Parts: sequence; structure tokens; C-alpha cells
Amino acid sequence: MTATTGSLGGSRSRPTDAVMDWLRHNAWTLGLVAFLVLLLAFTKAIQPSYGPPGIQGLASAVLPLALAAVGQAIVVISGGIDLSIGSIMALTSVVSAALMKTYPDLAIAIVIGVLVLGIVIGAVNGGLVVVTRVPDIVVTLAMSFVWAGCALLVLKTPGGAAAVWLKDLVKGPILVEWLPRAAVVMVVLVAVIWIPLRRTRLGLSIYAIGSNQLAAFRSGVAVGRTKISAYAVMGLFAALGGLSLTASTGIGSPVPGGYTLQSVAAIVLGGVSLAGGRGGVFGPIVAVIILQLIRSDMTFLNVNTNLATVANGVILIGVVMFGSLIQMRRARA
Amino acid sequence: MTVAGVPSAPSARSPWLTASGWRGLFRDRPTIPLLALLAALVILSELVRPGIVNLNWGGVMLRTAVPLAILAGCQVLTMLTGGIDLSVGAVASMSGFLVATLVGDYGLVVALLVAMGIAAIAGLLSGIGVGVFRVHPLIMTLGMGLVVFGFANAWQLVMVQTGGGTPAELRWIGSGSLFGIVPHSLLVFVPLAALILFSLRRTGYGRLLYAVGDNPIAARLSGARSWQVLMLLYAISAVMASIAGFLLSGLTNVASVTLADPYVLPSVAAAVIGGTSIMGGRGGYGGAIVGALILVVISSLLSSLGYPEAVRQILFGSIIVGVAAAYTRVTAES
Repeated sequence: MTATTGSLGGSRSRPTDAVMDWLRHNAWTLGLVAFLVLLLAFTKAIQPSYGPPGIQGLASAVLPLALAAVGQAIVVISGGIDLSIGSIMALTSVVSAALMKTYPDLAIAIVIGVLVLGIVIGAVNGGLVVVTRVPDIVVTLAMSFVWAGCALLVLKTPGGAAAVWLKDLVKGPILVEWLPRAAVVMVVLVAVIWIPLRRTRLGLSIYAIGSNQLAAFRSGVAVGRTKISAYAVMGLFAALGGLSLTASTGIGSPVPGGYTLQSVAAIVLGGVSLAGGRGGVFGPIVAVIILQLIRSDMTFLNVNTNLATVANGVILIGVVMFGSLIQMRRARA
Repeated sequence: MTVAGVPSAPSARSPWLTASGWRGLFRDRPTIPLLALLAALVILSELVRPGIVNLNWGGVMLRTAVPLAILAGCQVLTMLTGGIDLSVGAVASMSGFLVATLVGDYGLVVALLVAMGIAAIAGLLSGIGVGVFRVHPLIMTLGMGLVVFGFANAWQLVMVQTGGGTPAELRWIGSGSLFGIVPHSLLVFVPLAALILFSLRRTGYGRLLYAVGDNPIAARLSGARSWQVLMLLYAISAVMASIAGFLLSGLTNVASVTLADPYVLPSVAAAVIGGTSIMGGRGGYGGAIVGALILVVISSLLSSLGYPEAVRQILFGSIIVGVAAAYTRVTAES
């Protein structure tokens, strides 16, 4: 809408306009990246010894939540929300850990099986939303009980094991010491799954139904099928998050961590609109890294970790208020 | 099916015998079928464990359901406006904890007032965020929950030497009961519930909640200042959460900053089972009270059967989806 006003004078073909358009579209993500760079510089300033090990630890620590945030972002872009993502991660994590302990030789087959399980779980969530026509938030809230219960059926207490190659996948550097392996895994997963998907008809449909479901329906989008697919992709990323939990801890825990609400917070900070149809997956990933880095900075500064929780809350509210203020001003102008 | 929905169609049969009559009942008075479900669950409890259902058992059920029902009230009120309050867990825990730590030095009344005052401030801030800055209620109350939880935790570290415990008065009202049957917590709950039920139906503020949730634009054009309504609403919700926190810490004789966290999602579930729409504008408190009782009875039934926690959770979730789907089906007609 706003982008077209500048190009009315027939200067549409100028390359600078394309750059400006791109900048404007990604302003929020670019702002986040700039903030992250500042934050890294600040971290280096207060903790001169912060180096490759710190970066590697950061990457390993954020991987599960970053994957969850990508999954959540996709569902929210499609106009839904999934409050069971933490339970799905717990379930896939315990299934993989329990199976890998019993059949250590079949680790690759188990990983594939768990990913399929994630897709199925996601599709069940999406299918229930479509069939019952109950609001997403209620269905997935209820399903969070179901999946957490299933996780408890698999393992009553934290246990199981993880294959060695899986553990090595998320820890340590690769090629150069500044490049954490977990970050490469993250980039590869998003590049292999989401970026191609986004360019397909399905990716466009996901944005379309989130933006305006009725208009999408009238333009011939199969709304139900698209919604189920969006949830299935979310399930895939949740399963990846669960596997990364198993990989980083070496065991599976049936108790869902705070990943559900943290993922919602991260996508909102990352510029995804809860109303659907707007945003991407890179903003949320950067937001997850920023939140974790703020937390470790507070440890370096010897700030009470509880105040770090307060800071997380204040940042969340403050950033979202800032965003909605910008929108209100734009609407008024 | 289609004809029966037309009110002008002359029908000789009693509305009680037609399918749409039942649908209408389910739609307009959801409390009645919910009470039937509750009765069925009680009978089922008696069948699987003969002799378990007696007055004493009923008292325990009521006592357990009261804090949940109050928290469900927070969700009903906020959901009527299309919102949700995820900060109730943190606010309730904080209140119970604050009272336990302050009561020794300042006395019970001051401690209660301080806790409720802080809760009200937190709620007011949430309300400003939702009403004035148009932050999504989910995010706003989630963030406020983090803030409250963080401060309560920091306070816990300050107070770690002092110790302190749930005051005897709170234990009396939270877990005591008259003749071992009628819980004392009803002394708090009955007036509170009556006030909510009355306010929603008969006062201007109650109608404003429905109006703001049903059609915000229409409400604004009719002169409703929705930001004021929302500010007050989230403050009310937080104060109710803090009352629930007092009762809960009395019930469990525990003062901890995470005490009420496991109640947040069930409180939303109770409101949804009770027929309140999360999209706003439709629902009421009566159903949510029955919804809270249903959840408590189910969970007692399953634990008396010796089912593990896992099965309980799975059934919990399935029931919520089932009931919500049934509601959506009957209300989609109109």
C-alpha cells in the first residue's frame, strides 16, 4: 500500500526503488539485526573474554526455541496459533530419546520417524481446527494437554539417550571457530524446508488465508487444506525442536518447557502479526537470539536472573507497544 | 432442520421435542446441559467407586473448585471482550506469596490490601496496554505475567531469611469447612459470583463488556469508551486472580511464586466448557462455574480410578475439544 505511493511517477524501474522497497518491507527484521549487532558489541565490551565458546553456547541454547519460533511463525502467518507446540516438542523429544536408548543402531530411522510423527501431530491439530471450527487457540490449548499426556505415557521421568552423531550436530564449531554448528543446522533447515515452500503455491496460500480468509477462499484457495498443511509444517519444526532438545541434553524430558509462550513472544518480537498474513521466519529467529543474549548479558553484569525475567516481559510489552504505536500513526497519516 | 429455525413457522409440537428446541436450549442456557453432564459424571464416580459420593466428597469437590472457578471468572470477563488473561497464574501466586511474607510484620489486613493493590496496578497496566496501545491481550498479559513473576521471584530472594507461612486465617477460609461439608471459601465465592452474575446481566458495565467484544466498532460508534472499559476490566480480573491466590494458598497451605501456574490453562478450559466464546461477545459466568466443577470432578474421578496423570491429561484435552466443538456446532446455526 504505502510502497506504491512513491513509485507513482513512473520511476518504478529504478533499481534504488527496488532496494528501498526491500528495505521498507524488511525494516523490522533489519532493525532487529542491527540491534543484535549492537548487543554483541555490548557483550564483548562488558565481557572481553566473550569469544567463540560463548557464540557456540549461544547457538546451542537458542536452537530449540528458534525452531519452535519458526513453526509458530508459520501457523500464525496462516491466521492460527498453536499453544501446544511445547507439548509437541516434549512428546517428540521423549519418543526419540526412548527409542534411541532401546535401538541405538537405528538412530537415522528414528529421526525420520519422529519427523513424520511431528507432521502427523501438526496435521491432527490443524485437522481438528478445520473440522470442528473451534478457534485455534482453544483447540491447540486442549491438545497441549493431550500431547503432554502422551509424552508422560512414553516416559514418566526424564530419561532415554541420544545418538552420538546427533549430539555432535548441535555443539561445537564447524570449519572456523566462529561458526557454530547449531547455527548452520538452523540455517540449513530453514533453507531446505521453508524457503522453497514459501515460493510454492502452498506458501502463497498460507499467507493468503492468514491475510484474508474469505478473499483467499473466493480466489480459489483450498482454505482447509492449506490450514492443515501450515499446521503440519509447524509440527515438522516442533519435531525438529524436540530432536534438538534431545540432542543438546542427551535425554528426553516429558515436561514441556516454557517453549509455547516463549515462541509466541518471539514471533511477535520478530515482526509477525498475530492477526495473520504478515511477517517471516527470520525476524523471529533473530528475536530468539536477542532474548537469549540479553539473558546472558545480565548474568555477566551480575544482575539477578529474576530481573532478567522482568526485563523479558518489559521488552516484550515495550516492543509490541512500539510496533502498534507506529501502526496507529501510520493509520492516522 | 432449516424450517425449524424460522420463528414464524407455526409449530404444534412443543419446542422441547424438536431438535432445534434442544439446540436452542444448549445455545441460550448452556448451564442446563452442563449440569446434566456434571450429574452424569457424579453418577459415574459413584458407579466406579461405590460409596465415594457423599456430602464430605461434595465438600472437597467444592473446596477444590472454588479457586479454579474464580480464575475462570477472570477468563470469562476478559474473553467476553475478545481478550484473555494469561497473567492470572503469576498474579495469584504473587498475591498468596506476598501475604505469607508480609503477614508477620504488618498484620493480615494490610498484607491482603497490599497484595490486592499490587495486583490491581499490574492489571491496570495490562488494561492500558490492551485498551490504549492496542497490544494483543495474549501478548500483553503474557508479558505482564513475566514481569509479575520476576518481581515475585526477586522478592522471594529478599525474604528468604524471614520465611513466613500461610496465615491461619487464610487456611481457615481456604481449606476449612463447616461440619466438614460446607467449605468456608464459599463465604468469599458466593458473594463474588453473585456480584459477577448480577453485573454482567443488569449493569451498564456488564453490557459494555458484551458490546465491546461483540462488535467493537459498533460499540465505539454508540459512544462506548472501550479503552476505559478494558482498563477497568483487566484491573478487576487481576484483583479476582489475587483473591483466588489467597484461597489457593490457604487451600494448599503453600506459599510459592509458582503456586497457581498449573491453574492457568484449566481456567481457560473451564470458561470455554462453560460456553464463553474466545472471540468475544458471547457467554456468561454461570457456565464457567459448572465448567470448573466438571473439571474438578473429572480429575477426581480419574485419580480415584488409579489412572496415571498422563491419561488424565489426555482425557482432559479431548473433553475440552469435544465440548467446544459441540458448542460451535449448535451456535453456528443462528
